[in-house]
Amino acid sequence: MIDRRVVEHFDWGLLLITLILSGLGLVALYSAVYAGNDPSLRPLFAKQLVWLGSGMGVMVATFCIDPKEFERWTPGIYAGCMLLLVAVLLVGRVVGGSRRWLAVGSLTLQPSELAKIGVILMLARYYARNATTRGLGFRELLTPAGIVLLPFMLVYLQPDLGTGLLIVMIAGIMTLFVKIERRTLTLLVCAGLGCSVAAWIFFLKAYQKQRVLTFLNPDRDPLGNGYHIIQSKIAIGSGMLTGKGFLKGTQNTLSFLPERHTDFILSVLAEEWGFLGMVFLVLMYCTLFIWSLNIAHKSKNTFGTITAVGVTAMLFWEAFINMGMVMGLMPVVGVPLPLVSYGGSSVVKSLMAIGLLMGVSMRRFKK
Amino acid sequence: MSGYLNSPDGDWFNNRLKGTMFFIIIAFFVILVRLFYLQMIHGETYRELSTNNRIRLQHLPPSRGLIYDSQGDLLVDNRPAFDLLVVPRDAKPLDETLARLSSLTGIPVAEMRGRVVKKGGENSSRSVVLKRDIGRDLLAPVEVHRFDLPGVIVKVRPKRYYLNPGMAAHLLGYLGEINTREIASGEHPEASVGDFIGKFGLEKVMEPLLRGAQGGRQVEVDVRGRVIRELKRVEADPGKNIYLTVNTALQKRAEALLKGDVGSVVALDPQSGAVLAMASSPTFDQNDFVSGLSYAKWNSLKNNPGRPMENKATQAMYPPASIYKIVSSIAALEEKVVDRRTHFFCSGQHAYGDRIYRCWKRVGHGTTDMVKAISQSCDVYFYEVGERLGVDRLAFYARSCGLGSPTGVELAGEASGLIPTAEWKRRKLGRNWLSGETLSLAIGQSYNLVTPIQMAMLIASVANGGTIYQPYILGKVEAAGGAVVTTTHPVVKGHLPASKKNLALVQKGLWGTVNSRKGTGKIASIQGVTVAGKSGTAQVVSKGWGRSKKRSIRKFRDHAWFVAYAPVEHPTIAVAVIVEHGEGGSTKAAPIARKVIETYLGKEVRDD
Repeated sequence: MIDRRVVEHFDWGLLLITLILSGLGLVALYSAVYAGNDPSLRPLFAKQLVWLGSGMGVMVATFCIDPKEFERWTPGIYAGCMLLLVAVLLVGRVVGGSRRWLAVGSLTLQPSELAKIGVILMLARYYARNATTRGLGFRELLTPAGIVLLPFMLVYLQPDLGTGLLIVMIAGIMTLFVKIERRTLTLLVCAGLGCSVAAWIFFLKAYQKQRVLTFLNPDRDPLGNGYHIIQSKIAIGSGMLTGKGFLKGTQNTLSFLPERHTDFILSVLAEEWGFLGMVFLVLMYCTLFIWSLNIAHKSKNTFGTITAVGVTAMLFWEAFINMGMVMGLMPVVGVPLPLVSYGGSSVVKSLMAIGLLMGVSMRRFKK
Repeated sequence: MSGYLNSPDGDWFNNRLKGTMFFIIIAFFVILVRLFYLQMIHGETYRELSTNNRIRLQHLPPSRGLIYDSQGDLLVDNRPAFDLLVVPRDAKPLDETLARLSSLTGIPVAEMRGRVVKKGGENSSRSVVLKRDIGRDLLAPVEVHRFDLPGVIVKVRPKRYYLNPGMAAHLLGYLGEINTREIASGEHPEASVGDFIGKFGLEKVMEPLLRGAQGGRQVEVDVRGRVIRELKRVEADPGKNIYLTVNTALQKRAEALLKGDVGSVVALDPQSGAVLAMASSPTFDQNDFVSGLSYAKWNSLKNNPGRPMENKATQAMYPPASIYKIVSSIAALEEKVVDRRTHFFCSGQHAYGDRIYRCWKRVGHGTTDMVKAISQSCDVYFYEVGERLGVDRLAFYARSCGLGSPTGVELAGEASGLIPTAEWKRRKLGRNWLSGETLSLAIGQSYNLVTPIQMAMLIASVANGGTIYQPYILGKVEAAGGAVVTTTHPVVKGHLPASKKNLALVQKGLWGTVNSRKGTGKIASIQGVTVAGKSGTAQVVSKGWGRSKKRSIRKFRDHAWFVAYAPVEHPTIAVAVIVEHGEGGSTKAAPIARKVIETYLGKEVRDD
């Protein structure tokens, strides 16, 4: 079913970048779970290896499938993701006040992660059929709005506003990519601003407002998020040029960093590997995104192009928001660093996304 | 299709991709600039903060709200207690420090070491409690040698102190250290191991009001764990002070009267439902719980046959006995099975089916009408009433009088009591209701069970002319600064199911109990004040037992009930008294009720 030409065009470069980023993640995770005083975190390293292994499996399975097949299955995949989101609201496990996880046996799955892929595919399918060089008009945007709003609402109800907004932002890049009529765009920007003001007044819960306000002025919450950001900044800053060295981070070992194996993993890396390590990490991400946009460029099929852009948008936003958050440039929202942070759903989803890119890349010569 | 020509091709996409790529590169440039700023420009500062000095988060616990009585007198206070702690990481060398500490305080090194090892080891940066509540005699040497004891901290912590140990213990409750189950429950989001929370009584129920909100501060500490400077501070929000409706003098008097007996006294303001006193005997000293109860003390509390940990006013259920005749009278009059002129002849017994039902007075009351039946507590009259009403009509009136469900007073774990119906018996016991049982029911001697506070609420409602007020203890809530936050307004739960005329008849019977020549509650009368009331004697074992045998074994003696209110013209106090195994309501419970009323109304206290 995979012909030889496809195999010959396997994208080794993309695989290498993926392995490097995952490797950096493992280095940081090892430090985060072994250098501290908390033995309960230790099993997470082995768990992450298992997750990476299964993620690689998913990646292989994904790139074996022709994107054209994916295009055909897209409505089913999308519907499946939405059903999972509904299931999470009904029978999900509550952790820290929100219902985000589905327990399947001993595994926990975060369907909102998969929903991002579902939305990307669904939008790509729609835009591949409807995009014109003239740009999308208001009417043509109604369907995509529906495609995005449904999962947004379901995720918002969990409640997980951060992931919900992320879905909207991914869709935003994809939509801007396929172009919107100038008149419509102006209208949308104005409406968006209006909606934000209305959302602030009517929809945001107190703790969500608190997060935004804390971000704007960390002094508001010096005991909560403000404290986390300050500790994270100390960790990053204290790395200086070359870092303190592997397993030598002090902020990390003192358990000052919250969520240091998931959302704040970057602080661990920055403390131990310094500015040089960070430059390397940032360059890796940049390479990954330029590589994937190049895949989009080379694809001969519009669905493939737009999917590749969507996947890039997803990985980009996650990386950018996570980095901004731990450096005190953005509010503290629970977004993991793709391929690097600990977390089963996030790893599997990211590798599935890479698999999609590889699938598009391998078939770039096929008509 | 608006035109095949307009459909995008590779070149068109290429242009759009360039824009996207530009955006991504700009974004990562910003990240790099930020990294450069943090790590290269300010790296030195942050390195300093992370190695030589440390920024730590310290919680500032709120001071817990105080509890006052209705007169504004303090009942529950916070007093400083001193805990000895160590931060193992800052106490290097640990063994030397502990040895020095041991020679100063006399606490064995092994004990302290054990605690350090158990709570995270020698490198932990979290403080470990070495000893709680050290006295001032240990505090002084530790303070003096502070600089030879790196990492050792004396923490001042407010400790709950109950000014009148044992007084209103069931009502006020006590604090205890939070346990892991309570932390996991999520009801105390700010609490952590070692914190004290309300475990019982008002301390538990009013926890959200009393607790306040935690504050905290970011501090920079040196290598020895001492605070160098404070960076940020959020003040704790102190808990609210609460004022109870309880009158301390009355509460003390009620408890003194119960001393040595097992039982309860509940006094209400009949015009509002405010709890004036709520005593439960035997009691316990709450300060023992705050300091940590010894195993021996806990065992002696647990094994005491008087069940000191139970609030008898709200949690203990008793047969209502003749007090129930108030309910039976209302039901009979309202259902018109009798009226004020109806009279029955009491010969001391009443035959029903193949059984003989006896009146407590063997020789009988002779011709008896409603008022006399209440005053002299004639059983035969109420056998007749029960026979005519049937179990379910009686149950309806009992429920309407507020029985069979918790009164709603602000204490957790209030018992419902039990109002039997035919349906209830079928479901619970699998047998049909026997009509003879209704006869016993009408004199309060069947399956029915009530709590002392329900009885107090009932007599208070009769006293005020029929309004059932929900009993309450919390009078008002004040912020720490003294501003009144809330004042409790009486809540009307319902109305007695009795017309003015019929209720007046019942009131007349209750007046007769205390004031007529042959009334069963004459002992409760007070010079200068008109008291009304009702006595009750709840059988613990059936009448078949010989009187002498019952008397000889305390646990088989009957429970003594008395309910009363005064002054009759405009009642300001309603009381319910029960003394377990006190035998006669008239002899054992009535004097207590009288003295409680005397104390409240400021009358001369008669001694007898």
